[in-house]
Amino acid sequence: MALKLSDYKTEFHNDWCPGCGDFGIENAIQMALAEMQIPRHKAAIFSGIGCSGKTSHFINVYGIHTLHGRVLPFAQGAKIANPELTIVAAGGDGDGLGIGAGHFVAAGRRNVDMTYIIFDNGVYGLTKGQASPTLKLGEQTKSLPTPNTNYNVNPIGLAVASGFTFVARAYSYDVRQLKDLIVAAIKHDGLAFLDVLQPCPTYNDINTRDWYAGVESTDSSEKPRPRIYKLEETGFDPVVHYEDEAELDEKLSQALIKSLEWGNKIPTGVFYKNEIITPYRGRIKDKIPNYVENPPALQRISANGKPITDVSKILDSLEV
Amino acid sequence: METVDLSWLIGGPQGSGVESGANIFSRVCAAMGYQVFGKREFYSNIKGEHSYFVVRVSDKTIRSNVNDVSVMVSYDAETIFRHADEVTKGGAIIYDSDLSKTKTDEVPSLDNYFKSRLEKLLESKNKEFSISGVLEYVKEKGVKLYPVSFRGILSSVAEETNNPKLKGMIRMFNVLGVSLSLGFLGMPPESLLNSIESIFSKKPKIAEINKQAATYAYNYATAKFEKTKFSLNGGKKEPHTILVQGHQGTAIGKMVSGCRFQPYYPITPASDECVYLESNEILEIKEDRPGSTVVIQTEDEISALGMTIGGALTGTRSSTCTSGPGFSLMAETLGWAGINEVPIVITLYQRSGPSTGLPTRHGQDDLLFAINAGHGEFPRIVYASGDIEESFYDTANCFNYSDVYQVPVIHMLDKFIASSVITCKRFDPEKVTIDRGKLLDRIETEDYKRFEQTEDGISPRSKLGLEKGIFWNTGDERDEYGHISEDPVCRVQMMDKRLSRLEYILKNIPQEDQVVSYGVYEHCIISWGSTKGPILDAIEMLKKENLNVGFLQLKLLHPFPSELVKSLLKDAKTIIDVEANHTGQLGSLFKQNTGKDVDYYILKYTGRAMTSTEIYDSLKKILENKADKREVLTHGA
Ligand SMILES: Cc1ncc(C[n+]2csc(CCOP(=O)(O)OP(=O)(O)O)c2C)c(N)n1
Ligand code: SF4
Ligand SMILES: [Mg+2]
Repeated sequence: MALKLSDYKTEFHNDWCPGCGDFGIENAIQMALAEMQIPRHKAAIFSGIGCSGKTSHFINVYGIHTLHGRVLPFAQGAKIANPELTIVAAGGDGDGLGIGAGHFVAAGRRNVDMTYIIFDNGVYGLTKGQASPTLKLGEQTKSLPTPNTNYNVNPIGLAVASGFTFVARAYSYDVRQLKDLIVAAIKHDGLAFLDVLQPCPTYNDINTRDWYAGVESTDSSEKPRPRIYKLEETGFDPVVHYEDEAELDEKLSQALIKSLEWGNKIPTGVFYKNEIITPYRGRIKDKIPNYVENPPALQRISANGKPITDVSKILDSLEV
Repeated sequence: METVDLSWLIGGPQGSGVESGANIFSRVCAAMGYQVFGKREFYSNIKGEHSYFVVRVSDKTIRSNVNDVSVMVSYDAETIFRHADEVTKGGAIIYDSDLSKTKTDEVPSLDNYFKSRLEKLLESKNKEFSISGVLEYVKEKGVKLYPVSFRGILSSVAEETNNPKLKGMIRMFNVLGVSLSLGFLGMPPESLLNSIESIFSKKPKIAEINKQAATYAYNYATAKFEKTKFSLNGGKKEPHTILVQGHQGTAIGKMVSGCRFQPYYPITPASDECVYLESNEILEIKEDRPGSTVVIQTEDEISALGMTIGGALTGTRSSTCTSGPGFSLMAETLGWAGINEVPIVITLYQRSGPSTGLPTRHGQDDLLFAINAGHGEFPRIVYASGDIEESFYDTANCFNYSDVYQVPVIHMLDKFIASSVITCKRFDPEKVTIDRGKLLDRIETEDYKRFEQTEDGISPRSKLGLEKGIFWNTGDERDEYGHISEDPVCRVQMMDKRLSRLEYILKNIPQEDQVVSYGVYEHCIISWGSTKGPILDAIEMLKKENLNVGFLQLKLLHPFPSELVKSLLKDAKTIIDVEANHTGQLGSLFKQNTGKDVDYYILKYTGRAMTSTEIYDSLKKILENKADKREVLTHGA
């Protein structure tokens, strides 16, 4: 029997502020899971701490709400132990690019086959609006007593530089594009990163829905000039098509250059995609040939309460 | 026949092969049927600083080092400066005669603290500050000297084998030192040559050169060295004896227990275990396809524990291995495992803190931290092994505890165990059981609740990927499904559910696995961890003088088996706490849980493990009413 969108929703009370961009992301994840018909027990949402961190409770698959900044280690551990699972990690921009930034970089280098979604709202929502790592230098959102004194992190650029093999950006009020990108990210064989621009109506009074829609910057006919545009509509080709240094350099550098665009023109869509790089699974398989068929979670370790691992050769070598 | 009990010391700069030299010596002794207890000491350094290895050899059971060195071999000056004074009367020093003129000032790695102590001693004996000064002094104490030119030996071998390159191969000094020792002690040469062959099995040419040099040195010592009372000519070989290193007990224990996932971040003295696991990552499984341990080097210890938990949530037996600094980083994540009732094992090889402390030295200063790490109140088990052999079986127990009680288990070991090499009975996997507790393989019901209230407080456990087993976890307080709840009544139920487990654990772990009693007398030691060996050896020394001291080895340290300990100690009058830290942490724990005071402390925090000699001396003082309340031990370079 086909699974319906509603099958992926829990009854757990959602306490996000009205109008919060997080709703769009939650819906898009559920829509993507339903579209892909992923059996509920085969999927797990891991989340960090923050408003965004509650996402795992709203989705009716395995849901692991971890610690502030630590969502990636937990999620990778589960995926490496059981590669059959579909794993989506989700968390705030503070969670992933502030306290968890070290894990972000390390995860990129590993390229474990899973999806990571950052809810990029420019603030620490759950602790009442302090500056997040993506807030620009000198900007002063509502609850900041003084302007932000830190330079911002470039999430797309950092992901590309760290080795993520699928790097994309979406906008939480464009749920259709967001859902499509989540599907593409889950299907991607490797670590996929999705930077989701997520207005926080409560604390971020700069990057608001109207700001993204360009309401204050009208053209000559008084029509708003939307800031957000889609890369695929410009003929941008993010895919590394073949194994070649020049091809790789070109695709990496165009992604980096695009990642710097901000202000009046904000690109969304896929910046970079490389399926030539072996996912982590393949690197383990090089050492442990039957890893994929017999990963840690599927191994039998005992029979009738007795161990079945035979260490006699090791013990023989220690005998004197 | 007189019993054999000798201590052999080899020293040299780090990177010069002290360890492989000691391994050859230990292997040969073990193959001859002797009991071996070896310990390595080294600096936090890769090349150049002083390291040494003491191997105690006996034909009776030994579990510790002693203060006195019987035979020392050195091919550098620093070893003589630092250790000559430890050689006992009638003992021997085999040394490189080319070094005789070396002055203390000429050895830059001799730190000022040690140098000034040594020079003060030499000054008081009217000796010059040089190798010959030191040697003159020890000779007067009755130590026999065996000078031999190591370069001279190389030259002779070069000539004999027509291979002039050999002359400059000072890298072989360690093999020369071992070979001279074997010749001197009258040990058979065959096992020496076999050992060399197996060490260089991939480099036959190098093996050949080493064998030539070894044979020459061996014959040289046999012919030229005057014999002493020290000789090793064959012990009683027990069948199925293994020679095993510290980290191998827990590593092999993990393989047998079915640990299949071990993320870790490198740190001394814990990484050896992980590297060993990874070197043996593909496992033979009885009547099945091969299994494997997936070992992952992570970006830090927070990630290591996070990944371990992620693995455990899939039903995989998962663990990590670390030392104090790494464990500190894990504190918050440990609490997450606690509130979510995730079974994981943290193998904690302690070293001396605080902070980076003495990074390569021994200490037992993390007991209270292991018990209290992480904010908030949650159940955990802290369990300590006393030696390498125990650590194998205890590892299996720790995995069972974590699965059965659904708690994180912290398995305490330390640097002393990690860098020991001992002979013991071959580990017996048949004695191991695997109990996964309430882990589910299948779920039939429709309304699964991960944290369902049950009579014993422990709920049936699903795992990621299991049909009908969907659950939620959160570091927040939660309801039976695992969803966040801040309801006060739910809070109380969940706190009670989790913490009632501590009582349950005390009731269900067999008492003999909680506390091991080696007899209780009027004077009784309480201790934990690797002090076990030196304590047992010290007690045995006292027994020979008809003096009895009891000993309780506490293995389960949290939850604390208060009633059991109290009842075991009911006839003891004087309680002596022995541990390798400054504050007597077990003493505090004991007082907190039993209301009783410790009468004496025997403590050591030099970063060097206790010897049985030291403990014996302190116990003697206590028995004679001459001891201070705090006996602080200091032996060892
Ligand atoms: C170790 C730790 N430090 C601090 C906090 C407090 N804290 C909770 S949420 C949060 C920031 C959340 O911001 P972000 O990750 O951007 O998520 P958002 O709420 O914006 O979705 C902080 C600092 C915590 N939970 N844990
Ligand atoms: S504070 Fe901002 S991010 Fe958090 S729920 Fe409210 S609107 Fe959303
Ligand atoms: Mg945020």
